[in-house]
Amino acid sequence: MEPDKAKMAEHFINAIPHCKALNMRLTDIGAGKAEMELPYDAKIVGDPETGVLHGGAVSALMDTCCGAAAMCHPSSPSGTATIDLRIDYMRAATPGQNVRTKAECYHITRSVAFVRATAFDDDDARPVATATGAFTVQRS
Amino acid sequence: MPRPRPEPVQVVKQRRDTALSALVHGVPYINFLGIEFERRGDELTAILPFDDKLIGNPLLPAIHGGVTAGFLETTAVIGLAWSGLWDDIESGRISMESLTEGHLPRLPKTIDFTVDYLRSGLPRDAYARARVNRSGRRYASVHVEAWQDQRDVLFAQATGHFLMPSKDE
Repeated sequence: MEPDKAKMAEHFINAIPHCKALNMRLTDIGAGKAEMELPYDAKIVGDPETGVLHGGAVSALMDTCCGAAAMCHPSSPSGTATIDLRIDYMRAATPGQNVRTKAECYHITRSVAFVRATAFDDDDARPVATATGAFTVQRS
Repeated sequence: MPRPRPEPVQVVKQRRDTALSALVHGVPYINFLGIEFERRGDELTAILPFDDKLIGNPLLPAIHGGVTAGFLETTAVIGLAWSGLWDDIESGRISMESLTEGHLPRLPKTIDFTVDYLRSGLPRDAYARARVNRSGRRYASVHVEAWQDQRDVLFAQATGHFLMPSKDE
């Protein structure tokens, strides 16, 4: 990532207390696309027997990443909020591995951004989850 | 034959509350968000006490959409597990000792979860209740409603499908 973009990305995460609490990282952003990472952490485990992360933490990652993709769309909305988000859980994320997600705002109107995202662990060939959502578009 | 005397109320309550607490507090993510459950008979209400770390939009401020999703999913999973375990808890098939020692029953797995964000989550406590619309041997469908100040003014609702743990596991 270019230094100014990296700075913007860092600023974006630091401004969201919940993302900071989960130590999320924005690893790439631009032109309606965003990539984020959620480090594995024992405190956000959903199944204590297997150590698999809770779906809620994956939801927070994908929701944020989808919002970031909508925000950086070339039509430059001034703000966004989730209208609806559906997540399909394909498989459990491997315990101990970080979860990465890529989101793309594939269509935007004056008032609505349509976004989809896919989440992976270390295995790029088998997605952990996919998400599709609709987001509001705030125009300044 | 005379009917057996009903159990003393505190015995009944202690059994149910112990089982619920073991189920809820055994999950790190639930403790991380600070979610608690209140029980009236078999009815559960999930409570999410407000905390700064739950904020997603500091300007409003508003609760993070991912927190809302996690809160609703937790309400659905615990509600579904609870309704499935109720008979086993009441009959004593699940021993309280094993539960408090951390031998938790397998929880249902989320297949998909759709959240409908109706209004922004305000910086105050939130509540949610789950309704199991269908619970079969393998699959279940659950609906969840969440509100803050007024029960009839929902800030989010969700529907999810779940894979039930197999009984012989």
